[in-house]
Amino acid sequence: MSQFHLNGQAVDVRADDDTPLLWVIRDELRLTGTKFGCGIGLCGACTVHLNGRAIRSCITPVGAVAGQRITTIEGLSVDGQHPLQQAWIAAQAPQCGYCQPGQIMQAATLLQDFPNPSDAEIEAVMAGSLCRCMAYVRIRKAIKLAAVAMQAAGAASTPAAATQGGRRHE
Amino acid sequence: MNELSRPRGLRLSRRGFLIGAAGTGFVMAFARAALILPERVAEQTAQAVATRSFDPNLWFRIDADGTITVHVIRAEMGQHVGTALARILADELEADWSKVRIEHVDSDPKWGLMVTGGSWSVWQSFPLLSQAGAAGRTALIEEAAKLLGVPAASLQARNSVVSGGGRSIGYAEIVQRGDLSRSWSADELKAMPVKPAGERRLVGVDTQALDIPGKTDGKGLYGIDAHVDGMVHAAPVLPPTRNGSKVSAVDETLAKQVRGYQGHAVLEDPSHTVPGWVVAFADSTWAAMQAARRLRVTWSNDDTARVSEQDVLDHAAQLIADANTGARIVEGPVEEAFGKAAASIQAEYTTASVLHFQLEPVNALALQKDGLWEIHTGNQWQSLILPTLAQALGVTEDKVVMRTYLLGGGFGRRLNGDYAVPAALASKAIGKPVKLTLDRPDDARFDSFRSPSLQKLRMGFDAGGKVLAMQHDACAGWPTQVMAGALLGKAKGNGQPYDPFAISGADHWYNVGAHRVRAISNDLANRAFRPGWLRSVGPGWTNWALESFIDEAAHQLKKDPLQFRLELLDGSGDNAGSAPNAVGGAARQAGVLRRVAELSGWGQPLPADTGLGVATSFGQERDMPTWVTCVARVKVDRTSGRVQVEKLFVVTDCGTVVHPDGALAQTEGATLWGLSMALHEGTVFEQGQVRDTNLNRYTPLRIADVPEMQIEFIPSTEASVGLGEPATTVVAPAIANAIFAAVGARVRHLPITPDAVRKALKA
Repeated sequence: MSQFHLNGQAVDVRADDDTPLLWVIRDELRLTGTKFGCGIGLCGACTVHLNGRAIRSCITPVGAVAGQRITTIEGLSVDGQHPLQQAWIAAQAPQCGYCQPGQIMQAATLLQDFPNPSDAEIEAVMAGSLCRCMAYVRIRKAIKLAAVAMQAAGAASTPAAATQGGRRHE
Repeated sequence: MNELSRPRGLRLSRRGFLIGAAGTGFVMAFARAALILPERVAEQTAQAVATRSFDPNLWFRIDADGTITVHVIRAEMGQHVGTALARILADELEADWSKVRIEHVDSDPKWGLMVTGGSWSVWQSFPLLSQAGAAGRTALIEEAAKLLGVPAASLQARNSVVSGGGRSIGYAEIVQRGDLSRSWSADELKAMPVKPAGERRLVGVDTQALDIPGKTDGKGLYGIDAHVDGMVHAAPVLPPTRNGSKVSAVDETLAKQVRGYQGHAVLEDPSHTVPGWVVAFADSTWAAMQAARRLRVTWSNDDTARVSEQDVLDHAAQLIADANTGARIVEGPVEEAFGKAAASIQAEYTTASVLHFQLEPVNALALQKDGLWEIHTGNQWQSLILPTLAQALGVTEDKVVMRTYLLGGGFGRRLNGDYAVPAALASKAIGKPVKLTLDRPDDARFDSFRSPSLQKLRMGFDAGGKVLAMQHDACAGWPTQVMAGALLGKAKGNGQPYDPFAISGADHWYNVGAHRVRAISNDLANRAFRPGWLRSVGPGWTNWALESFIDEAAHQLKKDPLQFRLELLDGSGDNAGSAPNAVGGAARQAGVLRRVAELSGWGQPLPADTGLGVATSFGQERDMPTWVTCVARVKVDRTSGRVQVEKLFVVTDCGTVVHPDGALAQTEGATLWGLSMALHEGTVFEQGQVRDTNLNRYTPLRIADVPEMQIEFIPSTEASVGLGEPATTVVAPAIANAIFAAVGARVRHLPITPDAVRKALKA
């Protein structure tokens, strides 16, 4: 019974305020790109953005995001062509793919904070995102590819656009 | 070997192939040879296509716009299987790859056996797909010759265009103007002009996997995303035991306080798949899970509620101690040979329970529509669970269909489709579509996890150090006995039934003189939980013991462990190999060992407390050997017992590599699975349940734990064999052997803990 902005659109939801945001997004708003993995905030499959920063939606009550901006994988870019998504394809990162929306949303926050991340920075920020297929070699590679692409794009436009990684629903 | 693992190509003799008009295009499909009467091709193909009465494992179609759609019966769970299979077909068809689409199909008897496991998909399909593609190409060239008015012999096909003598015509136009209707007998199909390896244009060439884009934008649909209007959400209350619990009472007082709660059901299960289950119904997943937590259920339980991991291992020790138990899958005069031995070595190895922990918890949506039960879920073995679903629902098998979704991880968990049964029963109970989702702890508790194992190995030598005899006794829960009894093998040595998947790996390619392998089913494990097929299955434990033991034997003989293996892999007798799958035999296993020795700098001096360890394997089955080896370089902290894996070198010979980048991805994942199971994972069975049920206690490897890896494939044009599993089994023994090389500590239990290393250092 709260209202927030999902991928740029205002939404009213019926769920109780203590319902995890994950289940509101999946069951009530019917966006299924955000995944359920562990339910205790330790796998990262449910990662979405709250006001542009990665959070775990499985342990975030929907009441806590009232009036705020939530972005899911479906809203990361208009056409699925965010530099991270392009890099994920170029590196052929996904195997089963189930964790990858969460990985990508977490990586977006990583690249906001560390536009040219070191291995240690990647490991620190991505530590909470479990890939059971263990496609970690390619996830790391994809992050680095995206960083290069976003920095190149940033050099050609405004700093704000570079950190946002192109157009997105907000 | 059993029926299931026999290559599909070997059964091809009973099948013909036909092409028939369908809509604005043509369908190409395998057909029962008896159906094909050459004089009535057009009529017959039309009829066969209309009634779909062909008998294929695959079929594909070419539409008037030239689009080629390949129907894939294998589950997509991260292996990009559709891409690999379509590449094989498209190569022979000389198709323009950009026109190729894949479609993962729902269950249907017409597909024959639907199973995705054992690293079999490419191996089983390669010959069949090649012949089908060649037949399609032949038909397209013949029709092009008619349309162009030139002899077919002057034409060649490339990139969906037939050309020759300065003229050309595209596949789309041939489909529009020509008549591809044809049929081939089984013998004719077998004689199809399949291209030599040197003429391949897609197989062995990298491409982007067709399934990947949908896995980056949230559009890919997994079973957990299945939805139909009006569905009710459900979550279970799991009983205290897997098989031995009965519900005595349910109190729903607290559940009624959950908003959206719609009631509960005690499942009546004629298939005995989910005894003692209660499910809570609600109008959302979250409400169902909350309500399930608040249902107070009391059960009566059998003795398995008190069974723990050590009980299972103690029982295994008793079984192994009886020389008459088990199936002798390899048999030789070992008593006599050990009697002659001047020296011997013996050791015991154990492995702990391991969870699948596929990231998408098991789930299913079930509904009845127009007299047909639809089960929406990701699954690896539709043919196995469909009869169980039919039994559970009290209908015939033709009244159940499984709709296909992406799998959020398979790893063997979804070979066992038991999770579909409670969804179906729940739907039947309330007469509405039901979507059942397990939360993570329940997924772990309901897992058909990898059984703990106990193994005892013995080897005898003559005075010169030559190996005279070897015996390997392995005892574990047997998944195939519990879930697919018809697929048990019959032991060559004593005719006893055995689970081939639970002992494979022990029947190695080393020449050890008199050799006996005893496979022993742990009946207590089979009763107390449901042992599962977990990535690599038996070789996950047999190769841990075998490759650790070979290392121990080498050290006792004061031989270099890698050199010792090469001596035993002499390729003599039964280990010479055979066509088509195992050409070269043990010589190819020796080949990967020699290569990994070069890559890893084997034999060169290393810093203090640092060591190299080697292990090798032939993958899943002797009938389909994937030759693989790993060298691990580790550094051991003597004080803490902590093992730092600095680098893993992996060399694989899997014959023809269809999709090189996909092969690399599978091997990367399999290698890291091996590392994760060696050092990071493992639980124990405790009082009828697994102990560690979520990521706060069950800790698979994370990104920071990934060591440097160097992975290489031996170039080959031999038969393409499996890749999804083999590398998983070589990593743990390579690490254990490296620990010994580094600090002289021998560990014999998986997972390897710092505590175990410290204790071994003191031993």
